[in-house]
Amino acid sequence: MSDKRYIARSTAIAARVLGDEMMIMSATDSTLFTLDELGTVVWEAADGVTPLEEIVANEVCTRYDVSEEVALRDVESFVEALVRRGLLFLSNEPIRQANPQGDSA
Amino acid sequence: MPGVMVAPQRSDVVVEIGGLPIRLRCDDPSFVRVIQDRYAGYLASSKEARFEFEIDLAPPGAESGDEDVRVQWDSGRWQMERGDFRAEWDPSTARGRIRQVRSPFSLDSVLRIVHTLLLAQQGGFLVHASSGVRNGRAFLFAGVSGAGKTTMARLAPADVSLLTDEISYVTKQAGEYTAVGTPFYGELARPGENVSAPIAALYLLAKGPANKIEPVTGTDAVRGLMANILFFARDPEFVKLVFDAANDFVSRVPIYRLTFFPDARVWELMV
Repeated sequence: MSDKRYIARSTAIAARVLGDEMMIMSATDSTLFTLDELGTVVWEAADGVTPLEEIVANEVCTRYDVSEEVALRDVESFVEALVRRGLLFLSNEPIRQANPQGDSA
Repeated sequence: MPGVMVAPQRSDVVVEIGGLPIRLRCDDPSFVRVIQDRYAGYLASSKEARFEFEIDLAPPGAESGDEDVRVQWDSGRWQMERGDFRAEWDPSTARGRIRQVRSPFSLDSVLRIVHTLLLAQQGGFLVHASSGVRNGRAFLFAGVSGAGKTTMARLAPADVSLLTDEISYVTKQAGEYTAVGTPFYGELARPGENVSAPIAALYLLAKGPANKIEPVTGTDAVRGLMANILFFARDPEFVKLVFDAANDFVSRVPIYRLTFFPDARVWELMV
């Protein structure tokens, strides 16, 4: 168990970029979500093997004029919201399988 | 006393919607005649069938009253169920079985589900929309119950070929979206004409004091369309197919919000 955190996209979703936004559809309840530009950056970086802190430092803070501390707090809040909706998985270990709960058909 | 068991003779009829001919076999000839009447205008010759369903009729009173449709992928088959029918469909053999009450509307529901499954593989979908063909182009009017789908169909002038007042059938052929007539109807209680045409536009319906058309783009267009697409299965792969189809559709077909006052002048905008 490490003190790093990893995020991975669920496979029980469908996602498409439209302009600057990302549309995500939950396959379990057909709910549609729209991510803004920052959310899209985090979503696309959620590969299950890059630590969350690294995503914030390399993908967020290099694009936006924001301190790592503030950015990490915002991203953590965003990640928690998507985890609650089953769109992202969060773990203290690298997530090799994108859908570790196995809810794909 | 010795006897001979005679297997019941199965009658069949082929119903072709959207170029997908489905053979329906049943050992009750009178129900086959009911099907022939219900789908008149959409019947094909027997040798053209590409898909097949055996229909078994449940005894009267067998329905449970459960109005929720459940569709799931299980062990290589689609399972479909509601209070008045239970059906399964094996895509690998293109065969299935339906046990239903003696109502053409139960069969109608199964066929709608099966067509959503077949269409998704081809980039098409069924959508809650009335539609009509004018000057060789199809216009779709999408909305929930009460939005004005049937009203738009009733207001259509004589030169419009009505495809449906309830469920529009959208196919993708050679990169172009086409609307196809269906026998699926709503309050109009009349099947659509069995014709097709490239789709000129899809209108998201809203009622108002005057006629107004506004373009809808991007995520709003996808949301507006997805809210009206029929899909029963919650299978992730199926949902992805439908979602991709919706995104592709809005990138190729103009989407508008049509606020309309219910009189014939609204069709003057469809040229």
